[in-house]
Amino acid sequence: MTLEIIGISVLWIFLFGYIMIASIDFGAGFFNAYSTLRGKQQILTKIIQRYLSPVWEVTNVFLVFFFVGIVGFFPKTAYFYGTILLVPVSIAIILLAIRGAYYAFTIYGGLKHKRYVYLYGLTGLFIPASLSIVLTISEGGFVTMEESGPVLHYWTLFTSPLTWSIVFLSTTAVLYISAVFLTWYSHKAKDESATNLMRTYALVWALPAILTATGIIVELRSHNPQHYERIMDFWWLFSLSFILFVGTIYLIWKRRNYGGALGLLIGQFLLAFFAYGISHYPYLLYPFLSIYDGFTNVSMAIALIIAFIAGLGLLIPSLYLLLNLFLFNKDYVEGKRKDYA
Amino acid sequence: MENEEAIFFSRVLTELTLSFHIIYATIGVGIPLMIMIAQWVGIKKQDEHYILLARRWARGFVITVAVGVVTGTAIGLQLSLLWPNFMELAGNVIALPLFMETFAFFFEAIFLGIYLYTWDRFENQKKHLLLLVPVALGAAFSAVFISIVNAFMNAPQGFDIVDGQLINISPLLAMFNPAMPTKVTHVLATAYMTCAFVLASIGAYRLLKGSNHVYHKKALFLTMKLGFLFSITTAILGDFSGKYLAEYQPEKLAAAEWHFETEEGAPLILYGILQDGEVKYAIKIPYALSILAHSNPYTEVTGLDQFPKDEIPPLYIHYLFDIMVTIGVLLIFLALLYCLGIWLKWSFILSKWFNWLIVLGGPLSLLAIEAGWWLAEVGRQPWILRGFMRTAQGATTSAHVDTMLLLFAGLYLVLGIGSIVVLLRMFRKNTVEQELADHKLEKAGDSL
Repeated sequence: MTLEIIGISVLWIFLFGYIMIASIDFGAGFFNAYSTLRGKQQILTKIIQRYLSPVWEVTNVFLVFFFVGIVGFFPKTAYFYGTILLVPVSIAIILLAIRGAYYAFTIYGGLKHKRYVYLYGLTGLFIPASLSIVLTISEGGFVTMEESGPVLHYWTLFTSPLTWSIVFLSTTAVLYISAVFLTWYSHKAKDESATNLMRTYALVWALPAILTATGIIVELRSHNPQHYERIMDFWWLFSLSFILFVGTIYLIWKRRNYGGALGLLIGQFLLAFFAYGISHYPYLLYPFLSIYDGFTNVSMAIALIIAFIAGLGLLIPSLYLLLNLFLFNKDYVEGKRKDYA
Repeated sequence: MENEEAIFFSRVLTELTLSFHIIYATIGVGIPLMIMIAQWVGIKKQDEHYILLARRWARGFVITVAVGVVTGTAIGLQLSLLWPNFMELAGNVIALPLFMETFAFFFEAIFLGIYLYTWDRFENQKKHLLLLVPVALGAAFSAVFISIVNAFMNAPQGFDIVDGQLINISPLLAMFNPAMPTKVTHVLATAYMTCAFVLASIGAYRLLKGSNHVYHKKALFLTMKLGFLFSITTAILGDFSGKYLAEYQPEKLAAAEWHFETEEGAPLILYGILQDGEVKYAIKIPYALSILAHSNPYTEVTGLDQFPKDEIPPLYIHYLFDIMVTIGVLLIFLALLYCLGIWLKWSFILSKWFNWLIVLGGPLSLLAIEAGWWLAEVGRQPWILRGFMRTAQGATTSAHVDTMLLLFAGLYLVLGIGSIVVLLRMFRKNTVEQELADHKLEKAGDSL
C-alpha cells in the first residue's frame, strides 16, 4: 500500500464519519422543525436535544479534520478546489455557522422561538446540498483551465441533471440515516411515540434515497463513462450494500431489533461510500488532479501519518468515554438524570 | 493585473474573519484555565461560591465556544478558498501543525461536552475537575499549533526552493522556526491575561450595579490576581518578541518604531503622528530602542533605509504598537494597584471610579489583542510568506470575493449581536443570589 492510498483512505474514513454523524444532526433538525410545524414538537424535541447537546461540537470537528487533512496530504487540492469552490463552500460555511451558533444560543442560552427551530431545520437541508456540489464537480466536466487558473462554470453545473440528482440524493440520504438512528435512539429511551414517528419517517425516506442513488449510476454512464465502467467493476460491492439496505427496511418494517437495523444501515453506507471512493480512484478532480500528482512530499506524509496515529491514540479512548457517558448510558438516554450545564 | 480586486477583497475578508474570530478564540483559550482554577480553589477551600463561579463561567463559555468554533471553521476553509496558491505551498511544508491543531480541538470538544453535562453525576467533585484538564490543555494546544503556523509565515524555514520546486522539506524544522517560541508564548499569555481582565470586568460591573454579594468580591480578587500575574508575563514575553524582531524581522520592528535610519543608541518613539514623512508630537526615549532590541543602549538597530521600498510594511502599524503597549502597561498598573490595595486595605480600591476602571479593563485588553494581531500581520506585508511569496501571489483568481465579503460581514454582525444578547439574557435572568438560593432549596429537598 502506497502512502497516497493510506492518505486518501484515512481521509475517506473521516469523511464517512462526518457524513454519518452530520446526517443525524441535519436530519434531526429538520424532523424537529417539521414536527413543530405540525404541532407535534413535544414528541421529538427532548429526545433530539438529549442526543445532540453533548456531541454537536464533535460533529463539527470531523469536517474540520477532513478539510485540513486533505490540504495536508494533497496540497494541490487547495489550489484546484480552493479556487473553484469559493461560492458554494462559503455558503455552506455561513449556513453551518448560523446552525451551530443558534443551536448553542437556543439550548444553552434559552433563546426560544419557533423561528429559530425552522431556520435550524432548513439549514440542515441546504448544507448537505451545498457540500455535495463538491462530489458533482469531482466528476469533471464543469471546470476548465484558463490562463489565470481553474474556472468553474456555474451555468453548466446548475443545468446538469447530475448536479440535481446528487443534491437530491444527499438530502434524502440525510433524512433516511437520521430517521433510522432516531428510531433506534427513541426506542432506547423507551419513548414509544417518538419511535413510531421516526419509524414512519425512516420508511418514507428509504425509497427516494435508494432510487436516486441508482439513478446517479445511470447518469454517470453518459457523463463520465470511465467512472461508470469502474463502478461496474465493483457491482458486487454495490449489490451487497443494497442487500443490507433491504435488511434495514425489513427490520424497521417488522418493528424488530432497531439496533440491528442501525448496524445494517451503517454497513450499507460504508460499503456504498467505499465502493464509490474506490471507483473514483485515482482522480480527485477528473481529469486534472489525481491522488498521485497532488500528493505531498514523503517526509510530510510520514509526519502526518505518525501524528494521525498518535492523535487516534488519544481520540478513540476519549470518544469511547463520551459515548459511554451519554449514548450508552441508560439513565441519561431515558432522561432520568438531570444533567445540565 | 486582473485579480487585483480579488486580492484586495481577499485581504479584507481574511482580516474581518480573523479579527472577529480572535475575540472568541482568545476567550476560548483562556477561560477553561480560569474555570479550572476557580473550581480547584472551590474544592480546596470547600467554598461553594468558587464552584458556582466555575459553573457560571462555564455556562457563558459555551456560547462563546460555539461562535469560536463556527468562525474557526470559516477561517480554516477560507485559507484555502482565498489563498489557494499559498495553501498549496504551505500544505507541503506546514500541514503538520495544522493537522495537530485539529486533534487538539477534537480533544477539547469531546471533554467540554462531557464536562458540561456531568455537573451532578460524580459524587466526588475532583473527578469532575479532572475533566477540565483536557479541555484547558486542548484549548492551549490549539493556540500553540495554530500560532506555529503563523510563526512559520513570519520566519519560513525547513524547505528549499530550487527552480520553483520545493525540496529538502523538513516538517519539524518548519514548526520549530525562530519566530515560534516568542509567538506561541506571547499568544498564550495574552489570552490568559485578557480572560482574567474580562472576567474581572464582569465582577466589577455587578458590584457597581448594586449586587454587593461576597461572591462578586471573591471573583474580582481571584481574577485580578491572575490578571496581574499574566500581564507581567505578557510584558516580559513582549520584550522577547521585540528582541526576536530586531534579530530576524528588523523591517517590522523598524516600521513599528518609525526607525528610519540605521543607528547606534537608537531612541524609542512613543505616540506621535507621521505627517509628510516627519514625526510630530512624539515622545522620544533615548537609547530605549537599542535596549529593547539588543539589551544594550549602544548597539546598532537596523532602520528602514536598509530595505527596498517595496518590502517595507505600512507605517501606520506604529499606532497599533502604541495601543497594544499602552494598554498592556496600564493594565499591569491597574492590577498591581488593586492587589496592593486589597492587601494594604486602601479604601479607594472599593470606590466607584476604581471599579469603573476595572470594568474598562476587559474591553481594553480585547482591543489590545486586536491591535497586537494587526501589528503582527500588517507588519509582515508585503509578504504572505516572508521572503518567499508575496501576498498578491497567494490570492485566489476567483471572482465573487466581494459578494462573499458582504455575506460574511452580515454573518459576523448577526453572530456578534446574537452572542451578546444571549449572554446578557442568561445572566440577567439567573442572578447569583437566585442561583445560590435555588441550590439551598435543592439540597434541602435532597436531604428530606
